[in-house]
Amino acid sequence: MYSTTATDASNFVSTFNTSYYFITGVAVILILGLTVVMLYFVFRYNKKKNKIAIQNEGNTRLEIIWTVIPVLLALAMFYFGWAGWKPMSKAPKDAINITSTARMWSFSFKYENGKQSPDLILPVNTPVKIKLISLDVIHSLYIPAFRVKSDIVPGREKMMWFLPQTVGVFSLYCAEYCGLRHSYMNSTVKVLSKEDYITWYADSSKVITEANSAAPGSEGLKIMINQGCNACHSSDGTKIVGPSYLNLFGQKQVVIRDGKEVTVTVDEEYIKRSIYEPNYEIVKGYPKDLMQSYKDVISADDLLKIIEYLKTLNDK
Amino acid sequence: MSNQKDIVEPSYLEYKGKYKGIFSWILSTDHKRIALLYLFSILSFFVIGATLGLLMKFELIAPGKTIMDAQTYNAFFTLHGIVMIFAVVIPGLPAVFGNFLLPIMIGAKDVAFPKLNLFSWYLYVAGVSLVIVSQFAGDGPPDTGWTFYAPYSFRTAGTMLPAVFGAFVLGFSSILTGLNFLVTMHRMRAPGMTWLKMPLFPWTLYATGWVQLLATPVIGITLLMIVAERTLHIGFFDPSLGGDPLLYQHLFWTYSHPAVYIMILPAMGAISEIITTFSHKTIFGYKFMVASVLAIAFVGYFVWGHHMFTSGMSGTALYTFSLLTFLVAVPSSIKVFNWISTMHQGSIDLQTPFYWAMAFIFVFMIGGFSGLVLGSLAANVHLHNTHYVVAHFHFIVFGGTGFAFFGAMHYWYPKITGKMYDTKWANIGLVLFFVGFITLYGPMFYLGFKGMPRRYFDYDEVFHAGNIISTMGSWILYSGLAIIIINLFASLKGGAKAPADPWGGKTLEWTIPSPPPVENFDEIPLITKGPYDYK
Ligand code: HEC
Ligand SMILES: [Cu+2]
Ligand SMILES: [Cu+2]
Repeated sequence: MYSTTATDASNFVSTFNTSYYFITGVAVILILGLTVVMLYFVFRYNKKKNKIAIQNEGNTRLEIIWTVIPVLLALAMFYFGWAGWKPMSKAPKDAINITSTARMWSFSFKYENGKQSPDLILPVNTPVKIKLISLDVIHSLYIPAFRVKSDIVPGREKMMWFLPQTVGVFSLYCAEYCGLRHSYMNSTVKVLSKEDYITWYADSSKVITEANSAAPGSEGLKIMINQGCNACHSSDGTKIVGPSYLNLFGQKQVVIRDGKEVTVTVDEEYIKRSIYEPNYEIVKGYPKDLMQSYKDVISADDLLKIIEYLKTLNDK
Repeated sequence: MSNQKDIVEPSYLEYKGKYKGIFSWILSTDHKRIALLYLFSILSFFVIGATLGLLMKFELIAPGKTIMDAQTYNAFFTLHGIVMIFAVVIPGLPAVFGNFLLPIMIGAKDVAFPKLNLFSWYLYVAGVSLVIVSQFAGDGPPDTGWTFYAPYSFRTAGTMLPAVFGAFVLGFSSILTGLNFLVTMHRMRAPGMTWLKMPLFPWTLYATGWVQLLATPVIGITLLMIVAERTLHIGFFDPSLGGDPLLYQHLFWTYSHPAVYIMILPAMGAISEIITTFSHKTIFGYKFMVASVLAIAFVGYFVWGHHMFTSGMSGTALYTFSLLTFLVAVPSSIKVFNWISTMHQGSIDLQTPFYWAMAFIFVFMIGGFSGLVLGSLAANVHLHNTHYVVAHFHFIVFGGTGFAFFGAMHYWYPKITGKMYDTKWANIGLVLFFVGFITLYGPMFYLGFKGMPRRYFDYDEVFHAGNIISTMGSWILYSGLAIIIINLFASLKGGAKAPADPWGGKTLEWTIPSPPPVENFDEIPLITKGPYDYK
């Protein structure tokens, strides 16, 4: 919903532009030129005008010319692409470090002080280095306005870096197909002034959300937003990929355990199992292997807060 | 004398062989009948693939759900890709026009191994069926995309192995066709036809044949590795077994890049034939045309890495792949220069196939240059996996191979069917097709530039306008397509009888009756001149 193009949004916009407009410019000139020549020949040497063709088997000098010129153009094009890419591979030493964890179908960003956020909050004019981790399949972190993208490959350490140069809000997308909700795997980049960033960074509550922090269960909601549970679960009864949380707690649920159907009551223990060992019991009618275990991600404390929140979703 | 013979010798369409009815086709070893088997199978798959595309474009006319849910959309683009790439583009021109015309153009009675040729068609049908069926054999509908990237594709249990097996069977079919063509060209050229007297269309089939022969084993190896991984749990690709997903991408593109990209070669061959014939002029720079075909085939084999610039290869690998990608464009540009020079001082007869060739040159240039933008590392980082890529490869694969296919269809139609088609409707179809094509894929360049990723079921409002235009383009394109196909079928009944050489062509197929007799030539011709002798 936010901007995807902006002049100087990051330091890589201008290098992209050099490369893109150089090639596109040459292309437009050549395509138009050659098309006009072709149309002219078709008109001028139409058989009505030119009854007998003049045979000509070729011309070596011309062939050499139109081999050498394209080679030179190609080398120039290659050069700009290479020169623009080279700085991307090495992050400056003074960059701030952020770890991005991608899973189906959400991103989460963790800062050096342990703070976590589903949005990417950045200070302006400070280089940022992002460590890229995927917990399941290949994703790709793409910020169009910054002209940067990097695939996130499970089992591989990868990083990307850039320098945000304009205060503003920008879209962030997943650019590698990753299944059902790939087109919903997006997030927002908020570039703040340095002062605002410091205020945000120092704020000890873990995320920025609109949720009213006084309401019961709001802590649990924050944790779930952070972990991207909402990519698959709703709180209002709609089925996304997993079951909705609405009226979940206390309900009787039919699950498949070891290939057999059993009916269980949703209590604290069941929810804990659902989050730590999602494949132990599968809710009937839902796919296996989709929800990953959050065993090492969500602490026992946070789990209680989540349960607290789920309880608030029963009939109002 | 020769006229009398024409009447006595039955054409390949009328010939009564051992079998009757449908069996006289599906058991025939005549290269011309096999070509038509391919033509009808490919055309059917093409219509299916195009219809899936039409529905997908309709879904994208507005953000959110329009006519289908995300799961269906993902299944549609997967099937669309698989059908179009494996069942249409890869066999495309070589299997249809190569089969029909290669033996005739080099003055032979058939290909070197006619039975093997028929067997290849069966393998093709088996391979395509396997790939499609495999997509429904798993737990849910297919949703991996035609690239089957690991590890995502391994999660949709069951479908991966049969799909790659199907691709392997298809690959085998194209190996056999390639081999058949290579041997045919080495052993069966008419007396006097030296290599440099061979027309350009056979030359492109020659280069393609080698690529088919050399690239396909890679997919065989990949298949073995997947089998080993799935059954013996040796981790090659799956990170949860300690494998590397990038290895899969390398192997996949080592096969698929040559497979899909090099299929542009026969398209270039067909365009060369059309341009000389309708300019009534020998091709400009024949030897350079031959050399550039061989160069594209050779260098094209080493550029697969440009599909993976953002996936995390080393710097050196990136530079090399990028540089080679730029260099492979040079021989293509040489071809464009030579085509246009062929028109210079010609005596141009503006018939439908020539219009197709002109449209081909135009869209091919756009496709080629957008490929250079993507080949540039700095630009690729932004544009990779966006709609820009979708636009680019549709300009090359559909605009290139597709326009050449229809051009070839209208060029050789009189020879194949013995009938002339209705030119007025053919041209109306072409204009709609061209306008629709540009309206459909043109805006995708803009969408990609603005940052819309590909394979997106839903999108932000900023991308709405471009998508509306693009969807409308798909309707124009589809109506053009319908007119073209209906016209060609209607002309089978209503068309005037075609003479042996309706266009004034010089290659050997125009020296025999339309449709050709079973054995092509009563007497194998003796070649003394170059292929395009208009003097
Ligand atoms: C990739 C999609 C996905 C994500 C992300 C996800 N889940 Fe799930 N979840 C599912 C699916 C599918 C099921 C049903 C199958 C099963 O029981 O495992 C499920 C089941 C559940 C259940 C049991 C529901 C019932 O009706 O019995 C709970 C509780 C749950 N998830 C909580 C969470 C929490 C908390 C998070 C975030 C920490 C989360 N899920 C993240 C897909 C997801
Ligand atoms: Cu993703
Ligand atoms: Cu994705």
